[in-house]
Amino acid sequence: MAETVKLTIDGKEVVAPKGMNLIEAAKLVGIEVPHYCYHPKLTIAGNCRMCLVDTGMPKLDKDKKPELGPDGKPVIMFAPKLAIGCNTTVAEGMVVHTRTPKVQKAREGVMEFLLINHPLDCPICDQAGECRLQEFSVDYGKGESRFVEEKVHKPKQTKLNAKITLDDERCILCSRCIRFMKEVAGQDCLGFVNRGSYSTLTCYPGQEPKTNYDLNIVDICPVGALTQTDFRFEQRVWFLKETKSVCPNCSTGCNTVLWSREGVVYRQTPRDNDAVNQCWMCDYGRLNFKFINDPTRLTSPSVKSAVYGERVNLTWLEATRQITGKLKAAGTIAGIASGRATTEELFLFKKLVGDLVDIVPHTGEADGKLLQADRNPNTAGAKLTGCATGKLPEILEGIKAGKVKTLIVLGEDLDEELAKKLELLVVIDTLPTKATEHANYVLPGTTFAEKRGTFINGKNRLQRFNAAIPPVGIARPEWQTLTALLGASYAAIEDVFADMARTLPALAGLNLSKIGDLGVELKIEQPAVQPVSQAAEAVAK
Amino acid sequence: MQVQRPKLTFWERTYIPQILKGMWITIRHLPMKKFTRMYPEEKPKLLGDYRGAPTLVKDPEGRVKCVSCQLCEFVCPPKAIRITPGFRADQAFDSNVEKEPKEFEIDMLRCIYCGYCEEVCPEEAIFLKNDFAITGYKREELRFNKQKLLELGGVQPDSIWKWKYKGAPPPGTPIGPVRDGKPVEKKAAGH
Amino acid sequence: MMLELLGHLIKIAAVIGVMLGFVAYTVMLERWACAWMQDRIGPNRVGPFGVLQPLADGLKFIFKEDVLPHHVNKVYFCIAPVVTMIPGLIAMAVIPWGSNLPIAGHVIKGVIADLNVGILFIFAISSLGVYGIVLAGWASNSKYPFLGGIRSSAQMISYEVCLGLSVVPVFMQAGSLNLMKVVEYQAAHTWLVLCQPLSFFIFLVSAFAETNRTPFDLPEAEQELVGGYHTEYSSMKFAMFFLGEYAAMFVQSALMVTLFFGGWSLPFAPFNAPATELWVGAVQIGVFLAKVVCFLFLFIWVRWTIPRFRYDQLMALGWKIFIPLTIVNILLVAVVLALVAK
Ligand code: SF4
Ligand code: SF4
Ligand code: SF4
Ligand code: SF4
Ligand code: FES
Repeated sequence: MAETVKLTIDGKEVVAPKGMNLIEAAKLVGIEVPHYCYHPKLTIAGNCRMCLVDTGMPKLDKDKKPELGPDGKPVIMFAPKLAIGCNTTVAEGMVVHTRTPKVQKAREGVMEFLLINHPLDCPICDQAGECRLQEFSVDYGKGESRFVEEKVHKPKQTKLNAKITLDDERCILCSRCIRFMKEVAGQDCLGFVNRGSYSTLTCYPGQEPKTNYDLNIVDICPVGALTQTDFRFEQRVWFLKETKSVCPNCSTGCNTVLWSREGVVYRQTPRDNDAVNQCWMCDYGRLNFKFINDPTRLTSPSVKSAVYGERVNLTWLEATRQITGKLKAAGTIAGIASGRATTEELFLFKKLVGDLVDIVPHTGEADGKLLQADRNPNTAGAKLTGCATGKLPEILEGIKAGKVKTLIVLGEDLDEELAKKLELLVVIDTLPTKATEHANYVLPGTTFAEKRGTFINGKNRLQRFNAAIPPVGIARPEWQTLTALLGASYAAIEDVFADMARTLPALAGLNLSKIGDLGVELKIEQPAVQPVSQAAEAVAK
Repeated sequence: MQVQRPKLTFWERTYIPQILKGMWITIRHLPMKKFTRMYPEEKPKLLGDYRGAPTLVKDPEGRVKCVSCQLCEFVCPPKAIRITPGFRADQAFDSNVEKEPKEFEIDMLRCIYCGYCEEVCPEEAIFLKNDFAITGYKREELRFNKQKLLELGGVQPDSIWKWKYKGAPPPGTPIGPVRDGKPVEKKAAGH
Repeated sequence: MMLELLGHLIKIAAVIGVMLGFVAYTVMLERWACAWMQDRIGPNRVGPFGVLQPLADGLKFIFKEDVLPHHVNKVYFCIAPVVTMIPGLIAMAVIPWGSNLPIAGHVIKGVIADLNVGILFIFAISSLGVYGIVLAGWASNSKYPFLGGIRSSAQMISYEVCLGLSVVPVFMQAGSLNLMKVVEYQAAHTWLVLCQPLSFFIFLVSAFAETNRTPFDLPEAEQELVGGYHTEYSSMKFAMFFLGEYAAMFVQSALMVTLFFGGWSLPFAPFNAPATELWVGAVQIGVFLAKVVCFLFLFIWVRWTIPRFRYDQLMALGWKIFIPLTIVNILLVAVVLALVAK
C-alpha cells in the first residue's frame, strides 16, 4: 500500500493515501463536500469555489515537533482563509472542518453568486431532479434573490452538435466539459469567451465536438447547460426507473444504467466501473437502444401456415409442442447463435442443437478507447459455452448443398436463398428480419432491457444485467423458450446459471448474486477470441 | 384503565323504555322542517377558495401557462394526471418558454380534488376552479384532455408573467394571486 | 260450480294484486318515513310528490343487467329468490280480509281458503321462506352470503318456535284454529290483544325476527355482511328478495291484525258481526287493510329507530327468554281458562 497520512475531518480520524485531495478523503468517512468543477477523472481546475473547507495544521515548535496545548493535544493553526478541498492534498496531522458556520457562510456566498445570472429554468430544464445546482440550492441557497438588476442573457437552445443542446444561461462555468473534451475525448474544441458575468461557453469557431464520446459531457455537466438533444423534454428524470445494465454493443461491455418508465426505455447512461469503463461510455453504444421500443417488434409465436399461406399466431404451448415434435423427427440439426445472446442462452442453445453450431461475428472499427472491433458483447461467452466453433461456413455450405435441412437461429439473420432451402427453420428473434419472414416458426425474444442474464466481455469479465421493462406482447426471455424446447425444468434464470456453473469449470462456484453489479474476472485458459472469418461474415449477411 | 360498567336496572335491561323513547324521538321528527337542498334547481353557494375540478389556465395574452414540468403529475396522489411533454409550437422571439404540453390529461374519475397540483405548480398554470358536477356516459369522456382543461380554465388575470416580462408585470395587473378576476388573500401555508 | 271457480279466481287475483300494490307502496312509505324522520324530503321526482317512484323502481329493476356470477351454483341461485317470494303470497290464502261480500244474492267469503287449520297452514308455508334465504346464501358460493345464510337459518328456526308457541293461548281462548273463527270470536267478544298482551308482545318481536327486519336484520346486515344472502344478486332477482321481505312483512302484519286486533271487525255494530250487506263487507275489508297499514308503519318506524342487536343477544332473547315465557304463558292461560270454565 502506498504511503498514508493521518488527518482529522470533522472530528473523524481518516487514514488517506498521500496525494489524495480533501474531497476524496472526506468521502472515505462519508462526508460530502459539495463541489461542481472537480471530477475525479479529470484534472483539477478549482474554479467553482464550492468546495471551500477550513483547514489547519499543527503548530510546530523550534524542533519541528507539534506544540502541545494545555490539554495535551497539539495546537492547531487554522489558515486565515478557507481552502478549496479539490486542490488541497491531505497532510499528516491536518485538521479539516467542513461544516462550521464559516464554511457554511462561504458556500452560501458561492451559491448566491452562481444564482445571480442563473435563469432558474427548472420547470423546463431537463436537468431538474438531478441538478447539482438545485441540490445545493436546497442546502445552501437563500430561497430568495437580493439581485434586483437585469440578469445577463446569453444564447439559449443552441446546438453544440447534432447530439447536444447547449443553454449558456444555465452554464455555471465549471469547465468540466472543456477538460473532458481535451483530456479524455481528445478533441480540444470548447472554451470560454468574454469576461466576468459575460463569460460564455462556446466551441472554437468552425468546430464542433465530433468524437464518439461527446455525450459524456452531458453526464458530467452539473447543471442543465448541456442536454442530450434526443432526450430533451422526453421525460422528467424523477419518473424514470434506474436499472443496472450492461451495454450490448461491443465486447467492452460498458456498465450502464437504463432509465425507463412504464415499459419504455428513455435513455442509457454509463455506470461507474473502474475495471471496465471508468465512468464513461461511447455515444454509439449509448444511443443504440431505440430498437427496444421499436413498434415492429415481434410479439407472439407464429407459424408459417401452409393452409392460410400466411403467418398464424400460436400460443407458446402449441408452438413448443409443434416444434419439439418436428425437431425429434428431424435428422441433423444445425444452429446459428448470436454473440449478442446471454451466456445462459448460449449454454441452453448448445444443449439443444449439439455440435453443428456457431455464432455470427459482427465487427466494426475499434477506436482505441472503449469501442472494440468485436461488436458482439458476448463472444467470450459463446466460446466458453462451445457455441463459437468456427463452423459457420460449414453450416452454410451444408444448407446450400441440401445436407442441412433443419436450422435453429437465435437472434441472427439469414439469406433468403438459404432460408428457402431449409425444411424446418426456427427463428428466435426480437425484430422482423429476412430470416423471420421465411421461418417456419418464429419465436419472439427479448432485448437486453427485458431480461436478466450475463455477458462475458473481451477481457473475460463476467457481468450481469437486469430487466428494466416487461417484454412486449407475449414475448418471453429466450432462456425460457429454450428451456421449453429442451423440455428442461429450469424455473428461473438462477437455475440455468447454477447448471452452467456445474458444467463449466470457469464458472465454478459462481452464482448470479456473487457476480455483483461490477462483474468478476474469469480465469479462462483459452486463446483470445479467434480472428473473425471474413468469408463467414460475408455469407451470413 | 378499568371502566366500571354501569349497573342497569331491570327495565333498562329489557331495553323497552329506551326503545319507546327512541321511537318517540323519531316520530317527533316526522313533521319537522326539512333541510334538503333541491339540487340541481337550487345550486349550492361556493365559497371563494372552492376546490372543484382542476383546470389549465392561460395568461392574459392567451398563452398556455403550463410548461409541462410534470411536477403536478408527480405529486398527484391518485396519479390522475398524464402529461406528454413537447416543444412549444409558437415560440415567439422574446419567449424563453421552450416547453409546452403536447397533451395534458386529467382523469376526473381518479382526481380526488386534493389541490396538490395547484399548490406544486411553479407556473401557476393549474387551478382548481368551480366545476364540481363532472358527469359523463363513458370513462373516456371523463378523461379531460388539454383542450377541454384549457376551456374550463380560461384566462387567469394574475401577476405571474415570468416568461414575458422577466420580472415586473404590466401596469394595472393586480399583485398576488387572483381568483375570478379578484385578488384573494392567500393564507400563509400552515406548516 | 263454474261461477264459484270464477269467483275464487277473481278473489285470488284481487288479493295478489292488492297485496303487491301494498308491497310496492310499503317500500315507498318506508322511504318517505325514513326521510322525514331524518329531516329529509324523500323521493319527490317521479310523478306528483314522487308517488310514481315504485313504478320507476320496478322499471329500473327490470332493465338492469342481470349479473350471474360465474362462481355460483346456477340452478339454486336462480330458484332462491322465487322460493323467498312465493310463500308470502301463498300464506295470504287463509287470512280473512273481510267477513262476507253479499253481491246479488251470492255471498262471497272474505277469505280465499277457509281452512280449519289456517294458522298451521301459515306457519308451514311461511317457514318455507327460510329455504330461499339459505339457498341463496349457499348457492352464491361466496363468504358474506354464506354467513348471511347461516345466520338466517339459525335465526328463523329459533323464532319460528317462539312464534308458534306464542299464539297457542290465542287459539286456546278462541277455541278454533280457523282464522275466520278467531276473528268472529273477537268480533263477538273482545280483541285478544287485551286478553293476551304477553302473547302479542312475543309474537310482535318474533315477527320482526321472522321477517329479517331491523333490529333483527342480521342475515343481511349491510355493515357486517355487505348485504348478506343477497350480496351476489342483482336486477330482478334482487327485487324478488326485496319484495319477498315486504310480502313477509305484510303477512305478519295481517296475521297480527287477525289474531290480536280483531281482523276485519270494529267493536261496534254493524261491524262487529259478519256482514249481511255489501257496504258493510266493503268497509270491513277497508278496516282490515287500515289495521295492516298501521302495523306496516310500525315495522318501518322501528327500523329507523333501533340499531341492530348482536347475534348472541338475538339468540339469547329467543331461547332463554321468549320460549320459557311462552310456555309459562300457555300454562297460565290454561289454568285461567279452566277456572273460568268451572
Ligand atoms: S440547471 Fe439546474 S438550477 Fe438551473 S434551471 Fe436547470 S435544473 Fe434549474
Ligand atoms: S456547460 Fe456544464 S460542464 Fe460545461 S462549463 Fe458549463 S456547467 Fe460546466
Ligand atoms: S387535485 Fe389532486 S388528485 Fe386532482 S389532479 Fe390535482 S393533484 Fe391530482
Ligand atoms: S400545470 Fe404546472 S405543475 Fe403541471 S406540468 Fe404544467 S407547469 Fe408543471
Ligand atoms: S470543486 Fe473545488 S473549486 Fe470547484
